[in-house]
Amino acid sequence: MTDKPETKFEPVIIGFTCNWCSYRAADMAGTARMKYAPNVRLTRLMCSGRLDPTFVFKAFAGGADAVLVSGCHPGDCHYINQNYKAMRRFHLMKRVLVQMGIEPGRLKLLWASAAEGAMFAREVNSFVEEVRALGPLNWNSNHVHTADHVMSVVAEGHEHEAEVAA
Amino acid sequence: MSKPKFAMYWAASCGGCEIAVLNIHEKILDVDANFEVVFWPVAMDAKYKDVEAMEDGSITLCLFNGGMRNDENEHVAKLLRKKSQIMVAFGSCACEGCIPGMGNFSNVNQLIDTAFTTLSTDNPQNLRPQTSYEVPEGTLTIPTMNPLLKTLDQVVDVDYYMPGCPPESHQIAAVVELVIAALQGNAQLPPKGATIGAGNSTVCDECTRKRNVKLIKEFSRIQLTHPDPELCLLEQGIPCNGIATRSGCNARCPSVGAQCIGCYGPAEGVVDYGARLISAFASVIDSENPDEIDKILDGLVDPAGQFYRFNLAGSLLRGSKYAKNGA
Ligand code: FES
Repeated sequence: MTDKPETKFEPVIIGFTCNWCSYRAADMAGTARMKYAPNVRLTRLMCSGRLDPTFVFKAFAGGADAVLVSGCHPGDCHYINQNYKAMRRFHLMKRVLVQMGIEPGRLKLLWASAAEGAMFAREVNSFVEEVRALGPLNWNSNHVHTADHVMSVVAEGHEHEAEVAA
Repeated sequence: MSKPKFAMYWAASCGGCEIAVLNIHEKILDVDANFEVVFWPVAMDAKYKDVEAMEDGSITLCLFNGGMRNDENEHVAKLLRKKSQIMVAFGSCACEGCIPGMGNFSNVNQLIDTAFTTLSTDNPQNLRPQTSYEVPEGTLTIPTMNPLLKTLDQVVDVDYYMPGCPPESHQIAAVVELVIAALQGNAQLPPKGATIGAGNSTVCDECTRKRNVKLIKEFSRIQLTHPDPELCLLEQGIPCNGIATRSGCNARCPSVGAQCIGCYGPAEGVVDYGARLISAFASVIDSENPDEIDKILDGLVDPAGQFYRFNLAGSLLRGSKYAKNGA
């Protein structure tokens, strides 16, 4: 990293989406050529209920500046109620992260239906700006600050099931 | 033929592991009969230079307890690693940081301030320890604290892990027996990196309390309730860590009405102990309403302390940002 003031800090954000709604929202934003910040590296899970908090801790430990968790709107989960489980995990995780000194603004929960591409793009853009304002988290100064590196940390041990979206 | 050599050392720890070793009762005589104790500061007089003079690899078995709080701890860990064939991270402190590892929530200055200024301390001149001090005879030095307490395997290569705070005496006795049998060619040591002297399952698996469907509307604290003697504690809203904790203690705490606080460390396959507990606790909360969820979570007064009491130094984050940013 350089400390030249003219170099804008580009946050590395890892986003977890569910296969059925939020990933499709992201996909829609992409195919409709809506512009959104390239800072979020999306990973598709089958459901937000698959989000093991371990992924989030690995992402921060591996150098992510923020994490986005997204899934179908409450009531719309394709596995009945697993996104409520994701919601409870999110709330508890956030409390623990704050005690660890990680600002609450570095973890965001976003519900998005498959039709909400524009909303998804808008929310991602504003999240990126909020994280940019918070500055780098830089959890481990030995780590390279790239999404590729963070994803390699997150996917460790899950090589057989990992599918990383471009 | 000379006997195989045995060493035991304490770094940042409380001494409970040493007591647990003595607690194996008459089996301690087997240790003495089968090993020559060459270094064990709590039990015999020896100097670091005695260890330095030993040949590399000449100690057969080293039980190392304690975390790496300062440079002296690290120096002795590296020294004993070089001199030992089998290096065992013995007890929770060496394995995962344990209670001293909770220092990783704060930075070193905060820790020293707490130790030297708070209510129970008589320190009218407001003195602080200096790592180096000039006296007419020369320079006196004391060890320097690491910004973060590290686990033993964050500093040296470890052959086996023996969890527990402290390890249960019957488990220690079994391990001692196994090592002796292996040395006599009557048994095989487990593969390097294995956890020894513990189970491969969870505390819940050894717990005899009745389990139904876990769904709770509030968390309560053990000191404020009279828990049902038969029913799963977590089901009663008491934050019990058994679900993520390695078995091996015979569910000692839950069986006498106290919640598991996690001293046997993460169960087999658990990458981050706290993350596993976040999953588990979030699953039992009986609400789908964000405000109500938040209210229920208020009942868990110190979630990070609850989830990382023993495992902070060994966790993915290793400590808080406050600890990392100010040494
Ligand atoms: S399938 Fe989308 S959150 Fe469960």
